[in-house]
Amino acid sequence: MNTWQRFKNSYLFYSFKQDSIAIGSFCVLSVLVVISILAPVVAPYNTYDTATFDILDAETPPAWMETGNEKFMLGTDIQGRDLLSTMIFGLRVSLIIGIGAVLFQALLGIIVGLLSGYFGGKLDAFLMRVADIQFSIPYLIVAIFTSAIFKLAFGVGRWEELAVPLLIIIIGMSEWPKYARTVRASVLGEKNKEYVEAARVIGLSRWQIIFKHILPNTLTPVLVLSTIQVANAVMSEAALSFLGLGMPITKPSLGSLIRSGFEYIFSGSWWITFFPGVLLVIFILVVLLLGDWLRDVLNPKLYKG
Amino acid sequence: MVAFIIRRIIQAVIVMLVISLVGFSIQHQIGDPVRDLVGERVTPAEREVIRDRLGLNDPFYVQYFRFVKKACQGDLGLSFFYKKPALEVIVAKAPATIELVIVTAIILIVVSIPAGIYAAIYPKSWFSRIVMAFSTIGVAIPVFLTAIAFIYFFSVELNWLPSYGRGETVNIWGWESGFFTWDGLKHLVLPSVSLSSIMLPLFIRLVRAEMMEILETEYIKFAWAKGLRRERVWFIHAFKNTLLPVITIFGVELGILFAFTILTETVFQWQGMGFMFLEAVERSDTSLLVAYLVVVGVIFVVVNTLVDIVYGFVNPTVRIAGTK
Repeated sequence: MNTWQRFKNSYLFYSFKQDSIAIGSFCVLSVLVVISILAPVVAPYNTYDTATFDILDAETPPAWMETGNEKFMLGTDIQGRDLLSTMIFGLRVSLIIGIGAVLFQALLGIIVGLLSGYFGGKLDAFLMRVADIQFSIPYLIVAIFTSAIFKLAFGVGRWEELAVPLLIIIIGMSEWPKYARTVRASVLGEKNKEYVEAARVIGLSRWQIIFKHILPNTLTPVLVLSTIQVANAVMSEAALSFLGLGMPITKPSLGSLIRSGFEYIFSGSWWITFFPGVLLVIFILVVLLLGDWLRDVLNPKLYKG
Repeated sequence: MVAFIIRRIIQAVIVMLVISLVGFSIQHQIGDPVRDLVGERVTPAEREVIRDRLGLNDPFYVQYFRFVKKACQGDLGLSFFYKKPALEVIVAKAPATIELVIVTAIILIVVSIPAGIYAAIYPKSWFSRIVMAFSTIGVAIPVFLTAIAFIYFFSVELNWLPSYGRGETVNIWGWESGFFTWDGLKHLVLPSVSLSSIMLPLFIRLVRAEMMEILETEYIKFAWAKGLRRERVWFIHAFKNTLLPVITIFGVELGILFAFTILTETVFQWQGMGFMFLEAVERSDTSLLVAYLVVVGVIFVVVNTLVDIVYGFVNPTVRIAGTK
């Protein structure tokens, strides 16, 4: 109860209440997250179970159109799966990969940033050079290359089985330098402060100082960065899946659904592309808006752009 | 300054060595040049002979050294699918991508600078508000969705513009160009507009932010106090100083634009380097893949090094910061 009270009186909550865009985005985001967590319960059909759909239902338009079927509110995709259910499961896959990738890159980047910032010297020079080099190549190119190589190395069958963890690693690996730089910058600001000196004087070990004392003070910019990175990661995943380097169509993410729909757009089946596309844009938009708001409120001076 | 340039070039060489090492390990691990040469129906004993003759049983570092030596002479191996030197295949596809990037860059400059300046001068007008709202939403729309929407409206529904391919091209000194035929230009419209849509929001915001910052400075206030005409203050005094940071970021973002060509080329089946890359992945054409990796690596390293060196000339703090 105490933490709740503190939260209720905090500046963060106060400015949240003042900002209608933040409230709106937060509501939409929570609805989307809850739906995707509860996907097996909420979705009208289980699209991973091949017994529940029939190829004869393929490309049924949405229910309100003339040839539509009441059973499928938003129509069906090319395999005859209910589009709404497929989208819900797809959002879930996109979210798992997006959040997983952000956790992975945050872990990697924070460790590199802490070590680099605290120890300095040759280690710092080396790690930051590596980050610089990777930074100079756009992350999307890195992600596309690595997934192409992984796909060739594993073969298509194995790739489809391991797609989720591999995509998490690929997207995580392509974006860690952002975290490393942000964390390193805050560590450099923190490490000469008096509390760190005091911790050193009372004889705490280096690792205790780094992880218990410096780390918590570097987390504000990390939080802001993470919001934006979730949107980025979901977007990268969609791009990879659209190129055919991501999720297979049997377990589609929003990106692979759009890819599969695109092949049928010339025959007039616009809904297979349209609805997943709209869902993707809404999700990314609310996350970005929340990220903007959070940055303005917390205003970490170290984080820019 | 000389020391700075030398340091940057050494760094560029090291990066290229790392990229070539990555490329070579991929080829070493995944590709099988013997299969590429003779197909599947040759006995293992014969394969072993060929392997020996090609030097594929040599130690890793010997083979890597050979790879780098050949690469420096412009030999990046044979493409398994095209049965041609990989570099030749890539060079043949490059004009399509380069033309797409050029037209996109022109659209970006022509649209973002006036829009950004207008939004900075009249931040409260309805036009500026629409531009800013558009740029907020625009960031959240992936480029392939914009492209698909364009295809649906302008090709499928209205049937105004072609949706795939480059159309008719003219060969000018070995450069397949779509600039000189009406058909080729028509084919360029949708891909370049959708590709520019991904960067436009960012650039408009950038120009606007820079311009607004400049308009607050002392010398602009002085120019107003002096009673100069409005146009003179905006376009001669303020705009000039917005340009430097904008140009720098244009340079950097062009590289990112290049990454997005892979997506745009896929949607429009544009016969450029990105489309070729994805085809190479589907055909398991490892040597072409590695050649592409090396070529893209060279482009990025050269561009980055040049931008850094130019920046070193313009902004002395960059070259001093590195010397300690």
